[in-house]
Amino acid sequence: MNALLNLASRLLLGLGRDNDVYAFNGGVHPPEHKAESNTRPITKLSTPKTLVLPLRQHVGYLPKVLVKVGDRVLKGQLLAEAEGTVSAAIHAPTSGTVTAIDEQVIPHPSGLPDTCITLSCDGLDEWGPLQPINWRLSDKKNLVDSLRLSGIVGLGGATFPSHIKLRSNSQSPIHTLIINAAECEPYITCDDMLMRERADEIVAGIEIVKHLLGAETCLIGIEDNKTAAGEAMKVACQQGQALVKVVPTLYPSGDARRLIHLLLDLEIPSDKRSTDLGVQVFNVATVLAIHRYFAFGEPSISRIVTVTGNVASPQNFEVLFGTPLSDLIAAAGGAQANTSHFIMGGPMMGFDLPSSQVPITKAANCIIAAKPDLFPAAPPAMPCIRCSRCADACPVNLQPQELYWFAKSDNFEKARDYKLFDCIECGCCSYVCPSTIPLVQYYRYAKSEIIAADKAKEAADLARERNDFRLARIEREKLERAQKHAERAAANKTEASAQADAAEATPSATPSDSAVSDKQAAIAAAIARAKAQKLANGPTATEPAASKPAPSNADAQVTPADKQALIAAAIERAKAAKLAAAQAGLAPKNTENVSPSVQAEIKQTDAIREKARKLTESDTSEQDKG
Amino acid sequence: MNRSPYISNAPTVSTIMFKVLLALVPGIAAYTYVYGAGIVVSLVLATSTALITEAALLKLRQRPIQPYLMDLSAVVTAWLLALSLPALAPWWVVVVGTFFAIVIAKQLYGGLGYNPFNPAMVGYAVLLISFPLIMTKWPAPLALATQPLSWSEQLSFIFQQPLPASMTVDAISSATPLDYLKTQLMLNKDVASISQAPIFGHFGGQGQELVTAAYLLGGLYLLQQRIISWHLPTAFLLALSGMAGAFYLMDPSHYANPAFHIVSGASLLCAFFIITDPVSGPTTPKGKLVFAAGVGVLTYLIRVYGGYPDGVAFSVLIMNMCVPLIDALTQPRVFGHEK
Repeated sequence: MNALLNLASRLLLGLGRDNDVYAFNGGVHPPEHKAESNTRPITKLSTPKTLVLPLRQHVGYLPKVLVKVGDRVLKGQLLAEAEGTVSAAIHAPTSGTVTAIDEQVIPHPSGLPDTCITLSCDGLDEWGPLQPINWRLSDKKNLVDSLRLSGIVGLGGATFPSHIKLRSNSQSPIHTLIINAAECEPYITCDDMLMRERADEIVAGIEIVKHLLGAETCLIGIEDNKTAAGEAMKVACQQGQALVKVVPTLYPSGDARRLIHLLLDLEIPSDKRSTDLGVQVFNVATVLAIHRYFAFGEPSISRIVTVTGNVASPQNFEVLFGTPLSDLIAAAGGAQANTSHFIMGGPMMGFDLPSSQVPITKAANCIIAAKPDLFPAAPPAMPCIRCSRCADACPVNLQPQELYWFAKSDNFEKARDYKLFDCIECGCCSYVCPSTIPLVQYYRYAKSEIIAADKAKEAADLARERNDFRLARIEREKLERAQKHAERAAANKTEASAQADAAEATPSATPSDSAVSDKQAAIAAAIARAKAQKLANGPTATEPAASKPAPSNADAQVTPADKQALIAAAIERAKAAKLAAAQAGLAPKNTENVSPSVQAEIKQTDAIREKARKLTESDTSEQDKG
Repeated sequence: MNRSPYISNAPTVSTIMFKVLLALVPGIAAYTYVYGAGIVVSLVLATSTALITEAALLKLRQRPIQPYLMDLSAVVTAWLLALSLPALAPWWVVVVGTFFAIVIAKQLYGGLGYNPFNPAMVGYAVLLISFPLIMTKWPAPLALATQPLSWSEQLSFIFQQPLPASMTVDAISSATPLDYLKTQLMLNKDVASISQAPIFGHFGGQGQELVTAAYLLGGLYLLQQRIISWHLPTAFLLALSGMAGAFYLMDPSHYANPAFHIVSGASLLCAFFIITDPVSGPTTPKGKLVFAAGVGVLTYLIRVYGGYPDGVAFSVLIMNMCVPLIDALTQPRVFGHEK
């Protein structure tokens, strides 16, 4: 079906043209609402009195704070450095004094407060020392390492630290760089305006990123509703640095996997990253930030933010990170009286901001002032009528109606089978649902439940394993104690029966003899065997059956004694081994001389410990994620 | 809080159901023209029964009544059932059938969205099994009746008033062409001579052709409005005509041609209005093709070999049973996954 569609789209666009794109399933085309905010040029917002910089502005570990309250800092100074692999630095957006490092409300869907650095600006806007780097003359590895200090993260909204995406990977070298300029969400125009006004700087950034990745080609994917931006980019790319490809305006074409498919007809397998197939994707604003970092030494301290919706003059601003939302709204002419709340991001995937005092962060691409008739509350949900409009709209080709059914009935196993975790939460399904079911909410719920259950299960498995191990150890120790007792008893008996042996000269030969003499014979036989085994002694005595001289009629009675003898032999062996180890002066932790089963046990213990350590580690890393 | 998306663009369930009703209007008009106004009485009866029973059951189930009545799904069920019944069916037949459709087949399963079987077809099947004689007594098209009933006479007939002394039930009713063909074939006549009978028109039954064309018109409207997907009617009509064509080619004297089967009985009503019920049908594109083709094949087999005048209702119910399996086996490939 897709092949047919591709064929059709290619025929429509004309065969052989370099602008052919490959359609994905579904997608929706909501009213764009971009014209409101893309008529005015980008305006630089003046520096506010205080800036509040959340440490959590990116995906990954929190950075380590390097300043303390009372410190005077310069513009561009490192306030917190990246810690751990996936982390990003935070810089002072202007000069001033650190007045607080405490918990404040941050722009996050949870609405929970988090650690922030508060900076009281001195109005001097005094730069610290800047260190531009000539990227053409430097080693690639050094360049990428220095980017770790830039604080640059994906500015399209994903906020993934950029230096990690640029690390070289010898296993799958990058051949194609894709610049995501689709900006498919309604209302948002920050990338549009950036391309119109700063295309040259973007292309300069593209050259750096191409160089760092070693990519041969670069494609810029722009939706066909941004003709001015597309033209500007084409002009800037005249030397062939990149190829501008216009894609149809269809949400969510800006999703990385969708964009790769649109431009390259390449489906990234669900369990792989695009880099595994030699493709890396960067947002336009991100490559521009990388250019400014190398060309001028400027770290990531500001971004372009679209302010639109129910404000007097919707437009784009260049905003320092940490600027209070209220300043930004005021700059856009203020919100109308009937504004109910503010949304960060677009209307398809954005979220409600907890207050108008939250700071602008690296993720803030758009702020929409909402009013009731702009985004009316959905009417009460009706039952699903299985009309499958959601399935028709799903860009991942999922069956949202089935996922909804499974999520609603807490049938999480089934939901996972139906590829719930491939859902990108783009909202297309909810957008087209006649029963106005908040489908995405159900998927978010199911995902979080599954993740929580998986974690709980892992922890429970670990606990069970530990307990099993403990029980096994107790059992083993018990056995060892019993063996020791048996050994002692056997030794006593041997002594006693040796005396008896000497006393009794004539052993009974006929089966008709009394039971007493029978027993004695058995004991005598057992002792003989035990002696024989002791003689054979230890590790080399393997086959007890081979040295079994007992008469068959005594077998049943002999068995316990036989066992004891074996045990005794084993203990002997163990002792010998211990002794040998002690003589060799080996550490008690040494495991080479222990029997294989014990070695296995030790290995298992180590594995469990390792696992426990990893689990606690992953726990913390999960918490650290945005 | 994350409650995106904030926007939506979808017709409501009520709008969808309303458009289905709208698409049925040409069919109803043609029906009235061919068989008289009796059908309007049946429609009114069925609609009021459906709304009353739906409201009563919602009340019993402690569900909000107004939003669920306003979704118009009960009215769609009522109309589809009424249009499947013989035009002059006694009033209580209509009421009993609708009652079953709404109470048993829909509300007791959990109401809108939860019924595994097409409610209208359940109502029809119950009536066909319970009152086979009434269900096969179709009125002759007005143009053919020896003594056509006036509208008021139709009304009093539906409400079981005795017919005018000069008329008999046989005088106003006739077998349907499907039925007639079947009984005449048993008398060893061939299709060509059977179709010379006055109840046959150009392709199918006299007058049926007009009704069929009107349903087609409504169906095309639904396709254009994207209320239904092309998969269902296409697969159904292809399967039905494919079966009919294969048998016809084998022995034209014993098997009617595909055109006859398309125009006869409830074929077009089934293609555009009955199997397109989303709740009891499959959701995957491939599944829709399989489901509709299955209904088409079964309909043909029941018509030709079964004991009932038309096979649509049972075919749909049988295929309804297969829907969970069909859906499970026809899951499309998810982006980034191997099949």
